[in-house]
Amino acid sequence: MSMIKILFYLMAFITLGSALVVAAGKNLVRSIFMFFVTLFGLAGLYVLALADFVAVTQIVIYVGGILVLILFAFMLSGKEALDKVEVQKNKFISLSNAPAFFLAGLFAVIMLNVIFKAHVDQLPWVIESVKAGNTMPIDGTGINKIGVNLMTRYLLPFEVISILLMVALVGAAHLSRREGANQV
Amino acid sequence: MITQQDFMIISVMLFCIGVFIIVSKKNAIQVLIGIELMLNAAILNLVAFGKLDRANNGGQVFALFAIVLAAATTAVALAIILNVYRRYKTIDPDKINQLKD
Repeated sequence: MSMIKILFYLMAFITLGSALVVAAGKNLVRSIFMFFVTLFGLAGLYVLALADFVAVTQIVIYVGGILVLILFAFMLSGKEALDKVEVQKNKFISLSNAPAFFLAGLFAVIMLNVIFKAHVDQLPWVIESVKAGNTMPIDGTGINKIGVNLMTRYLLPFEVISILLMVALVGAAHLSRREGANQV
Repeated sequence: MITQQDFMIISVMLFCIGVFIIVSKKNAIQVLIGIELMLNAAILNLVAFGKLDRANNGGQVFALFAIVLAAATTAVALAIILNVYRRYKTIDPDKINQLKD
């Protein structure tokens, strides 16, 4: 078993294990911090898929931005609401969770079936790409290509997404403004 | 060597955990975390197949776009959650059952 395989299984275990803890936990703070671990595990998986730039972006945006926002909202939404959440019997296996289990299990069965039937490693374009040497280089030079492509081939989506981000942030700031404070 | 199938299986499991969290949790913030898990499962697929596209980097670039989109979604969703808490004094999605003031 090679080193990369061991690392892959380790990262997969960390990711899925912490995601399960998020699903099972009754404590909101604990589940938020386990989500943090899940995101780091996912960043490790991205590195193993030779996407180091995406991994760094994942850490910067998710851990630096989204997680801080979630913690912020959690602190602003009051203690008494959270106490009520903790009081409810939130056992992992209980009758009230049965529909959720059923739904998640069915989704898993369907999608695993699709993956195994599709033989993703033998798809024509995958084989062609491997044969043509079109896979990402391991020496870390792939990031140059990403920068060039982002500013040439994908310039339109890049600009559209920047406008969308600005609109969303202005909307969020407007929504979270306190009502009655000099409204028009 | 790690195959694409391994990545896809992990992605399926993450997606299903996300579905479970969304359906079973009684707290809007935890539901939001479930949505983020599902988004991350999709991004993992994009990245795993982006490995095979050196010329155009399609998968990785769109994974970056998806991460930015997730950030925008979260900002709006958290603003809505704060507003709902201010009005109803609870963030249990089951208890928020009227549209009027």
